[in-house]
Amino acid sequence: MSHSNEHHHESFFKKYLFSTDHKIIGMQYLFTGMFMGLIGGFLVYAFRMQLAFPGISVPGFGVVTESGYNALVTNHGAVMIFWFAMPVLIAAFGNYLIPLMIGCDDMVFPRLNRLSYQIFLLSAIILIISFFVKNGGFGGAWTAYPPLSAKAEYNLTPMGAPLWLIAVALEFVAFLIGGINFITTLMNSRAKGMKMYDIPMVVWMIVIASILFMASVGPLIAGAAMLLFDQLIGTAFYDAAKGGDPLLWQHLFWFFGHPEVYVVLLPTMGMVVEVMTTFSRKKLFGYKTFLYSTFFTGILSFVVWAHHQFVAGIDPRMANIFTVTTLLISVPIAEICFLMIATLYGGSIELKTPMLFALAFVAEFIIGGVTGIYLGSSGMDIYFHDTYFVVAHFHYTFVPIAIIGLFTGIYYWFPKMFGKMMCDTLGKIHFWGTIISFNFIFIPLFFLGMAGEHRRIYNYQNFPDLNTVGLFDLRKLATVSLLVMLAFQAVFFYNFIRSLIKGEKAPANPWKANTLEWQAPSPPPHGNFAELPEVYRGPYEFGVPGRDQDYWPQNQPN
Amino acid sequence: MLQHFLPGISSYSAQSDQLFDLITYVMGFWFFLGQGLFFYFILKYRRKPGVPSVYISGDSKQEKKPIAWAHKLLLVCDIVIVLAAVKVWYHVKQELPPADATIKVIGQQWAWTFVDAGKDGKLDTPDDITTIDELHVQVNKTYHFLLTTKDVLHSFFVPVFRLKQDAVPGREIVGWFKALETGEYDITCAEICGVGHGLMGGRIFIESEEDHQKWVDNHSSQGSAKLGLNP
Repeated sequence: MSHSNEHHHESFFKKYLFSTDHKIIGMQYLFTGMFMGLIGGFLVYAFRMQLAFPGISVPGFGVVTESGYNALVTNHGAVMIFWFAMPVLIAAFGNYLIPLMIGCDDMVFPRLNRLSYQIFLLSAIILIISFFVKNGGFGGAWTAYPPLSAKAEYNLTPMGAPLWLIAVALEFVAFLIGGINFITTLMNSRAKGMKMYDIPMVVWMIVIASILFMASVGPLIAGAAMLLFDQLIGTAFYDAAKGGDPLLWQHLFWFFGHPEVYVVLLPTMGMVVEVMTTFSRKKLFGYKTFLYSTFFTGILSFVVWAHHQFVAGIDPRMANIFTVTTLLISVPIAEICFLMIATLYGGSIELKTPMLFALAFVAEFIIGGVTGIYLGSSGMDIYFHDTYFVVAHFHYTFVPIAIIGLFTGIYYWFPKMFGKMMCDTLGKIHFWGTIISFNFIFIPLFFLGMAGEHRRIYNYQNFPDLNTVGLFDLRKLATVSLLVMLAFQAVFFYNFIRSLIKGEKAPANPWKANTLEWQAPSPPPHGNFAELPEVYRGPYEFGVPGRDQDYWPQNQPN
Repeated sequence: MLQHFLPGISSYSAQSDQLFDLITYVMGFWFFLGQGLFFYFILKYRRKPGVPSVYISGDSKQEKKPIAWAHKLLLVCDIVIVLAAVKVWYHVKQELPPADATIKVIGQQWAWTFVDAGKDGKLDTPDDITTIDELHVQVNKTYHFLLTTKDVLHSFFVPVFRLKQDAVPGREIVGWFKALETGEYDITCAEICGVGHGLMGGRIFIESEEDHQKWVDNHSSQGSAKLGLNP
């Protein structure tokens, strides 16, 4: 089924720029995503400084104007979700792990895989160009609601808005192609003997996420095309004056946008499961239940989109239905959290850096989940919609998903990816600095939201009730914590680069894990395995009674 | 709890705040249960030399019993929250109590225009009072508002009323409120509406009957035509 690998020496150029090897493509996604993440971090630094110290010249950026502020928040959201979370969690780890974990030599469509990355890179370049065109970048929020996004006379960015939208649409095309690849590879290239329930959870999660993405992205690409036509050739899909409807975009967008949350959540949950089982030497509690809960979550995620639009002018009767479906999602998600907690029961837990991040994900994500209940309740959302409570809530889901998830994955698979061990002490310093400062950024925002502070305002001087000393102190606390969190990322980069250069050489299986990628050499060569492995059991057989070792690799006959 | 952060002074703000408290108590229980167990397990099952991990698959019904019970309880909690949330929603958004007065609220980049019916109590007559970024209402009076926008999406947000409603081009959305206390508070636009979104702040003046009557008498005769406005 798989293509033949040419195991010959390749030139540097061919190897690193036009490679079809899934590992190289995964790394390209990883580094591009991390670079975009740094850009997103810089954007948030600029506008948080403006919120805490209105009117100052932000070091490295300058004075934040009204239009500049809007462009900053818009692109922070877009970059962090579309160009950081998705490429890193789905594309990077998906590309790197899927073939290794199911025991094959490469993806089914390697050239398509390369094309996917190239389109993604193009979209990232177009997005960055859109910051610097005449009148600046697009500033209509990452949700890009028309009519603001549809007409240059409203958004005042005749160049920035179409470029931004083209970048977003291209990015979706890239992941659509990547998703086809993941699903096909899982279905066709599994190692001999690997049944459906022997597949590691992270692979399942990435593939389910790809399915969700493919099922939801169609309406959005259609919607984005219509929005582009509205912007550029004067159609009126979203123009009420000519018979269109601005709410149509909101439905199309959120029909994609809500599943999108689960698209990035599932891969992280999969990675967290891998790490938790390995470092607690425990079998995953209720593998099948876990899997079906995520399926159920995925299906439900398609019927909750209008909870983003309770007060957007939809029929108020619809809000009741969407309240029910939204709160129903708490059931499978809670199930997943319970199973993760139950996995720890009776374990032998070693708190190395990857495990710390994995555990932090669960603890922080519970906060995100619990606060989601407030917003999913229609009656409460009347007050909280578009306030900082929402901002705090979704950062309590997205930061664990994207940032903590990224670090979980990197600290865990770094030895496999680069053949070197990372420094655990520096990792722990990075962990505590990141986690503590992260909580101090977003807990104040909950209180700001309760005080009725609304989002996307560059300066609260026009709102006397919000222009008080107490609220300013909370904003300053959030901003200072953000600076601390950003500063601690330097520890990570130092550790990363130092380990690449001087790290201790990693054995093939440093964590004594069961899954197939640890049976390949570190780092795996082009083609991954000397001979393709055969699978005899599930991925989480830790602590099986009556054996000398507490782990039992999937490819070990007995 | 919300009262500590911002007073609620509309007829339904107390309900909204009670709903907040209810969700906080219910979810607080789950939060502390989940986090408590989680940290307890982490501390209790730290790696000790010579103590192997226990092999539990978690596939049998017996093993999953505690989780199944937690689930049933969670479902009950969900139903309670749904009922409470829908009750508040229905009261604020679906019920429309008879109006004592009707006003127009018009959003545009980047200001709120308010039209009061004036002395005769009828909209679209010459004595209507048109104001920019200032809404004068009378305490203990049920108002209907007709919400429209001239350009992009805006969102009429009165934090002290716990009221929010987006204004959508091409639609006239009807809502209601009734203030229970006098005072002066913020009106904001909660939907991003372009460059001046941060400038789109208004004030609501909730006045006693005498003060409000005085305000109407002083302004009604001017009419919107004199102010050079086109409501």
